[in-house]
Amino acid sequence: MSDDLRDLYQEVILDHSKRPRNFHAMPGADRKAEGYNPLCGDRETVFLDLDGDVLKDVSFQGAGCAISTASASMMTESVKGKTRAEADALFARFHALITGEGDGGDPELGKLAVFSGVREYPVRVKCATLPWHTLKAALSGEAAPVSTESEGPAAESGGAQ
Amino acid sequence: MSTVARPAPAATPVPAYDVAAIRRDFPILATRVYGKPLVYLDNAASAQKPSAVIDAERDVYEKCYANIHRGVHWLSVHATDAYDAAREKTRRFLNAAEAREIVFVRGTTEAVNLVAQTYGRTHVGPGDEVLITGLEHHSNIVPWQMLCEERKARLAVAPINDAGEVDVDVFARLLTPRTRIVSVAHLSNALGTVLPVRRMAELAHERGIPIFVDGAQATPRMPVDVRELGADFYAFSSHKTYGPTGVGVLYGRAELLEKMPPYQGGGDMIRSVTFDKTTYNKLPHKFEAGTPNIAGGIAFGAALDYVTGIGLERIAAHEHDLLVDATEKLQAVDGLRVVGTAREKAGVLSFVIDGVHPHDIGTVLDRHGVAIRTGHHCAQPVMDRYGLPATARASFGLYNTRDEVDALVGAIHEAIRMFR
Repeated sequence: MSDDLRDLYQEVILDHSKRPRNFHAMPGADRKAEGYNPLCGDRETVFLDLDGDVLKDVSFQGAGCAISTASASMMTESVKGKTRAEADALFARFHALITGEGDGGDPELGKLAVFSGVREYPVRVKCATLPWHTLKAALSGEAAPVSTESEGPAAESGGAQ
Repeated sequence: MSTVARPAPAATPVPAYDVAAIRRDFPILATRVYGKPLVYLDNAASAQKPSAVIDAERDVYEKCYANIHRGVHWLSVHATDAYDAAREKTRRFLNAAEAREIVFVRGTTEAVNLVAQTYGRTHVGPGDEVLITGLEHHSNIVPWQMLCEERKARLAVAPINDAGEVDVDVFARLLTPRTRIVSVAHLSNALGTVLPVRRMAELAHERGIPIFVDGAQATPRMPVDVRELGADFYAFSSHKTYGPTGVGVLYGRAELLEKMPPYQGGGDMIRSVTFDKTTYNKLPHKFEAGTPNIAGGIAFGAALDYVTGIGLERIAAHEHDLLVDATEKLQAVDGLRVVGTAREKAGVLSFVIDGVHPHDIGTVLDRHGVAIRTGHHCAQPVMDRYGLPATARASFGLYNTRDEVDALVGAIHEAIRMFR
């Protein structure tokens, strides 16, 4: 496999896409939201159990590509136990990383730094951000499904066959 | 999969053409992608252009460009002649009876909207029905849905079976006394199914119902004779037929077009205008308001010359060979399932692979230089029918080769190794 592909699909990402963590419904969830990118066919639901301002438990369910599944899986691990403000701040750092605005060496990112390869694949930015936007929607109690297909410089319009 | 999808053999063998020579006509095919030779298998989305088309468009601007149909000067006369010649080439390409039955539009999508908004709005009323099929592209669904919503009519859908075929008997039963128009694809962009359009037209005509045929995927890959098919309307796009973007064709039987109201108002579509009353122009100009895509239309004529020069029968045979070869090789891949296994297929091969999302297949193939399409292909109801979020789709053009099929298969194995 080429090095470029290896940069995108790092071992940790492949591992999380094949064996996603916190991959289950949460019957007693305080909040949940749906993310759906119809052009890709990615669809995931994020479940939240809140304790005041703290994300006590986070899980997800759904079907998507390796990038969106791994991103969701690692997101649930990263934000569990954090406050809303901390989760928001982490998303901002993650977003900066994958769009090439941030620094891959940002220590706050922890394991999420493995997504740095996404910056070389602008059309895949929307895959990595789908679970995060869905988490935000769950936190703010939005009812309508979230889509990230307008994100990224090469976002598809859905016009062509 | 219990059944092996093997497209039916071509009816009559026709002599092959020299693909290597043909490939030299397409400058873009020499492109290298990430250091690998480009393997362009996204022809159903849009086809690449031969030098003859690129040169024709440049020649218009360099040698004979002016606005058409209104100049007394030399350039305008020449541009008008060249544009009218493209219309005549299109008439011949479809074997239409008269050139005035050829309306130039922006693309197939605009043609569907034109007919829905003119013929549809004058013929479809409350409680009436428009009949389409379960494999249509969004552009042959949404314009009819908009019409039905406005006119309080019903959109009826002839379902597809597991193979992706429309059962003609079921289709016939859905033709009711309330059906005002039928609109069907000639060739499915998502599944590759060739529909029995001629039989469907007969059935519709027995009940006095006109049929619109979306030929966007058919005209690049098979000979089309609108009179032999019995199509009342037939639409296709230049850009999928090796011509420029922004040009499309609506064929309509003159008798129907004559009775239809205009689509858009403006210049060129009028005979005389006063503030009290406007008289509309004759066919086809009644439907062609405003300055058209002049250079694109003329270059589209060059594209038709190019494909007819090779011969649509020979192109069909060539792509059939690629489709059979690719279908056999892909079906031998562990965990791969071909989506769309109709007996009559052409040019399009959709598939899914256990444990590998189509989007990831697309990314890995891209890094091997292989361009395919992944997603819902603007046919979400088809995806829903199969319970799939998306498929990967390889689609062939007249310049593709068996070596490129092998490159596709090799890259697929690479993707599977990575994600399983």
